[in-house]
Amino acid sequence: MSELRKISASPHVRSELTTGEIMLDVVFALLPASVVGVYNFGYKAFLMIVVCIASCVAFEWLFEKFLNRKSTVGDFSAVVTGLLLALNLSPEVPYWMAILGCAFAIIVVKQLFGGIGQNFMNPALGARCFLLLSFTGQMTTFSYDAVTQATPLAVIRDGGTVDLMKMFLGSTAGTIGETSTAAILLGLIYLLVRKIISPRIPFCYIGTFSLLIFVYALASGIADPFYFLGMQLCGGGLMLGAVFMATDYVTSPVTPDGKVVFGVLLGILTFCFRMFGASAEGVSYAIIISNLFVPLIERFTVPKSFGKGAEHHE
Amino acid sequence: MGLMTFKGGLHPYEGKEISMDKEIKDYFSKSDMVYPLNQHIGAPAKPLVKKGDRVLRGQKIAEAGGFVSANIHASASGTVKAIEPRRTSGGNMAMSIVLENDGAYESIDFDENIRPLEELYCDDVRDIIREAGIVGMGGAGFPTNVKLTPKDDEAIDYVIVNGAECEPYLTSDYRRMIEEPEKLIIGLKIVVNLFPNAKGIIAIEDNKPKAIKKLRELTRDEEKITVNAMKTKYPQGGERQLIYANTKRRLNSKMLPADVGCIVNNVDTMIAIYEALIEGKPLMDRIVTVTGDAIANPCNFRVPLGTNCRELIKAAGGYMHDAPGKIIAGGPMMGKDMISLDVPSVKGLSAILCLEENVVAEMEESNCIRCGKCGGVCPSGLMPAKLAVLSARGNLEAFEVCDGMECIECGCCSYICPAKRHLTQSIASARKQVLASRKK
Repeated sequence: MSELRKISASPHVRSELTTGEIMLDVVFALLPASVVGVYNFGYKAFLMIVVCIASCVAFEWLFEKFLNRKSTVGDFSAVVTGLLLALNLSPEVPYWMAILGCAFAIIVVKQLFGGIGQNFMNPALGARCFLLLSFTGQMTTFSYDAVTQATPLAVIRDGGTVDLMKMFLGSTAGTIGETSTAAILLGLIYLLVRKIISPRIPFCYIGTFSLLIFVYALASGIADPFYFLGMQLCGGGLMLGAVFMATDYVTSPVTPDGKVVFGVLLGILTFCFRMFGASAEGVSYAIIISNLFVPLIERFTVPKSFGKGAEHHE
Repeated sequence: MGLMTFKGGLHPYEGKEISMDKEIKDYFSKSDMVYPLNQHIGAPAKPLVKKGDRVLRGQKIAEAGGFVSANIHASASGTVKAIEPRRTSGGNMAMSIVLENDGAYESIDFDENIRPLEELYCDDVRDIIREAGIVGMGGAGFPTNVKLTPKDDEAIDYVIVNGAECEPYLTSDYRRMIEEPEKLIIGLKIVVNLFPNAKGIIAIEDNKPKAIKKLRELTRDEEKITVNAMKTKYPQGGERQLIYANTKRRLNSKMLPADVGCIVNNVDTMIAIYEALIEGKPLMDRIVTVTGDAIANPCNFRVPLGTNCRELIKAAGGYMHDAPGKIIAGGPMMGKDMISLDVPSVKGLSAILCLEENVVAEMEESNCIRCGKCGGVCPSGLMPAKLAVLSARGNLEAFEVCDGMECIECGCCSYICPAKRHLTQSIASARKQVLASRKK
């Protein structure tokens, strides 16, 4: 009988939870939005999702192979990036452009900074902004029912009206995953129930944004402030961003108070970009800019340790 | 009212069902007994015997080497074979008295030690506890008489019996609570009476309903004693967590429980106090749970201190299959990996845990994804991932600024980490370095 055992420091038992499982949970949470996207935009959307996931995984594998690093394809983080990027693209975007975006997301934003956990910016959003700046025309061409249309927010900005129910359910023009608020909320519930994310970031983000929009609507004499608010909430990728991108572990604060600050900052930035900026959107930029503030936010929101300031009892 | 608890922590697989219904069995070894001289916190004890001396069970064979130290008594009768370095369950070598056991367990007359309680002053009680070599038996091994001698007796409001037994697999405290509850209560009353303003609390996790029920029944007429049910959550039995759950008072690493008016003792320790005062017996035995999925017949043994651990595993039917992947002295969260089985059971050894699988050895670390789960479970409210990074960088100054010294090394952060990072180990290593530099 052999007496040799591998020795380790305590604890000697570990939870079953792995990085891969967390990433798969995010994929599950994105399924409703993906399904609605495919239902709305047809095979093109489906192909876009497949192309993006496949190329993100391929770039990750190739890059690590090339550098002789241990492959991290098994942790499904590249799948999440690919899926998120696809959901952030218009189905009209050419596939080569999407593949270029994937390469940017995985190689430039993620791997060059050290791979999973090391990037300072959300890879999918980084790639979206890269594409938006490089190919503004194609990136902002949207369609619904095979007819090229403006997104609801752009329609309203130009004085038109959109059915709020349609926006909530998702039968409008937009990127593949952003149109259906209902589907994204389903994903949010799943993430909260599975305790993958804390409600702090999405709730503070959406709360701050709603408050500012409502005050703005009242102050500027908009006829129906509730309609205006509802449409701002359902449109322009706010929900997709607040639920799936702003909550990205790597690029959001880990401290509980930091999450609140981060959410509020996102709300303020999105509000400013949308109301005073040139574009009707603004979520992507708000998130990647806030990503840059994360180290600073964390520095000032270190939680109080259990016995801090404890006093002797008389 | 909700159950008493603290913030953070987690609930790993309990594994208590394996041994919780096994009655305590006496196990008397016939082979050599080994008594390390440093099985407590503080100065090592000084031997009172030499090679060739014949000793009886209960005889003092080493005396406290300082104020914070403890006496050691023979747990068997026989001849002193050697005083030499021997390996301990923690892996280190320690100067030990080795007794050639004659197997007769011939003891001194314990009745001679018994003095009627009503004739004793508080200091007499403390003297008897010191003389009996009683130390904290939850693992830390702090001399009990020192703990029971705070600066101000009147400032003590609560004497808390730690019956949480929050470590998975351990059942020794549970068995004692249901088999010898009367002894526990008398032990507690003795301690409570040392402090004019103190009340007694027996704090038990709610996964031990039988123990809670039994102790509540037996203390129904005791005005000064309450039995508190606490939420089953690790590390509910951590001293700071236990005090907070029961009194809402907080303490940090620079404080002692007495600073917030509390004295905390383990179940086994309280029963040792009973045995010392009522039965005249010094600390010679303890309950050791031999358990785990690799053990054929898990048991709760009452063993004379100094008994060889390999023998205890054999007494529990040996292994189910071949060699287990992991053998731990203590529980799986804070216990120590055993390098060798030829080590003695000591005052602080609550269990020998044998697991088929060595999960930690088969795991690979991956990058931190900053999920923050480690911070969520940390009972000390720290950011373990950050502390681990500071430890790896050797930045001890920042480590201290981030309250790294408040870590209680409970293991929750490593347990929960999805990237399987060895957070507790990194933090513990930095803590050791800081403590070492403070000593200079």
